Amino acid sequence: MQFLANPARFLRIANAVLPPLAILTIALFAGGLYYAFLASPPDYQQGDSVRIMYIHVPAAWMALMTYASLAVFAFLLLVWKHPLAEVLAKAAAPIGAGFTLIALITGSLLGKPTWGTWWAWGDARLTSVLVLFFFYLGHIALTHAFDDATRGARAAAVLAIVGVVNLPVVKFSVDWWSTLHQPASISRIGGSAIDPAMLTPLLLMAGAFLGYFLCLLLLRARAELARRKRRALELLAAESGV
Amino acid sequence: MNGFTLLLARDLRLAWRRPADAAVALAFFIVAACLFPFGVGADQQLLTRIAPGVLWAVALLATLLPLERLFLADAEDGALDRLALGPHGLATLVLAKAAAQWLIVALPLLLAAPLVALLLNMDGRGFGALIAALALGTPTLVLIGTVAAALATGARRGGVLLALLALPLELPVLIFGAGAIDAALAGLPFVSHLQVLAGLLLGSLVIAPFAGAAALKLALE
Repeated sequence: MQFLANPARFLRIANAVLPPLAILTIALFAGGLYYAFLASPPDYQQGDSVRIMYIHVPAAWMALMTYASLAVFAFLLLVWKHPLAEVLAKAAAPIGAGFTLIALITGSLLGKPTWGTWWAWGDARLTSVLVLFFFYLGHIALTHAFDDATRGARAAAVLAIVGVVNLPVVKFSVDWWSTLHQPASISRIGGSAIDPAMLTPLLLMAGAFLGYFLCLLLLRARAELARRKRRALELLAAESGV
Repeated sequence: MNGFTLLLARDLRLAWRRPADAAVALAFFIVAACLFPFGVGADQQLLTRIAPGVLWAVALLATLLPLERLFLADAEDGALDRLALGPHGLATLVLAKAAAQWLIVALPLLLAAPLVALLLNMDGRGFGALIAALALGTPTLVLIGTVAAALATGARRGGVLLALLALPLELPVLIFGAGAIDAALAGLPFVSHLQVLAGLLLGSLVIAPFAGAAALKLALE
């Protein structure tokens, strides 16, 4: 962990990892989209609208995973004051907000043909994911609310850790309050309840989303480091009166 | 006197010298609640139906409003640095600030709530649940708001930011608070709602002082 505190070292690793990671992500997307839209059967009840699920479920998984990683970065930042954690947290929050928004919108599109409604306030899974989205927004707003970037990052880290209470609510909402949203069907006791013909595209898409997240995270962290470097140079230039 | 009572007495004394600050939140509570009859129309049955939710949502906003300046004055004149170095610790300060805030802002709301409930045409059966739920729920709102205020201390546009931070965390209080009144209005037992509210209060009593102290430490750096 101390090893990565040096931004130059982190940049070297990020630059080496990014090209193969990007190629792998593109390959996964190509395979996943092919299976999701062409090579998998329509659902016997939902018809072709089940194909939205191949976007919806990976996006929802990534929304939760991104928040969990945000909380880990926040912890590293508050406990060890790790400089890279600050950059990564700032980079990760908007990506997570994007995944959450995709999950909400595709869920809504999937809800209309299957449940007959775009949105149901009575469903705990829907509302808890909306709250997750609000936490992302609060995190982004707090990060940018201070003139001192480090102060903003640390305040946002406190919020990220407090917001972890929402994660189990999102995960278990379908078991605690069983209303519209179906419970977990892939990782459950007694084996997966989903047909392999549908599991293949789903897992490929999940891998693609994960790769996409990592690519974006590294790209945004790289951009943030460059922005900081430019700002430091500008300050230096202003001080020396050039 | 211990640190908590000293700090609480100090905040109450400061508030006593400026009674208008506390009155503003109360006025907001009443005026904002009166917006709804104007907005949705004078249909008495509709008002009766939405009264519990409106009361809770407006009470929630009224407790958030005065929080922007909660730590700001102390941070600006250096009192916060002095208190951080003092023997009582920042967690005690956060708890004392929250207690003072509840007495100054939330207690008047609690007393005015039956009046506003009458304006919204709420049924008399819900009044007991209304008072009990507000008494158990508003301390939680103030505690969460205090942490948000500590986080937003020194931020640009701190007031709006504070609301954005606190509102998602306060949703459970709103759900169970309005749920208690709805249950009472329907003639059902509402003790379980109050128990959840009490549980939320106990949980936030444990977490908020330390989260608030951590946030204040950031403000002092």
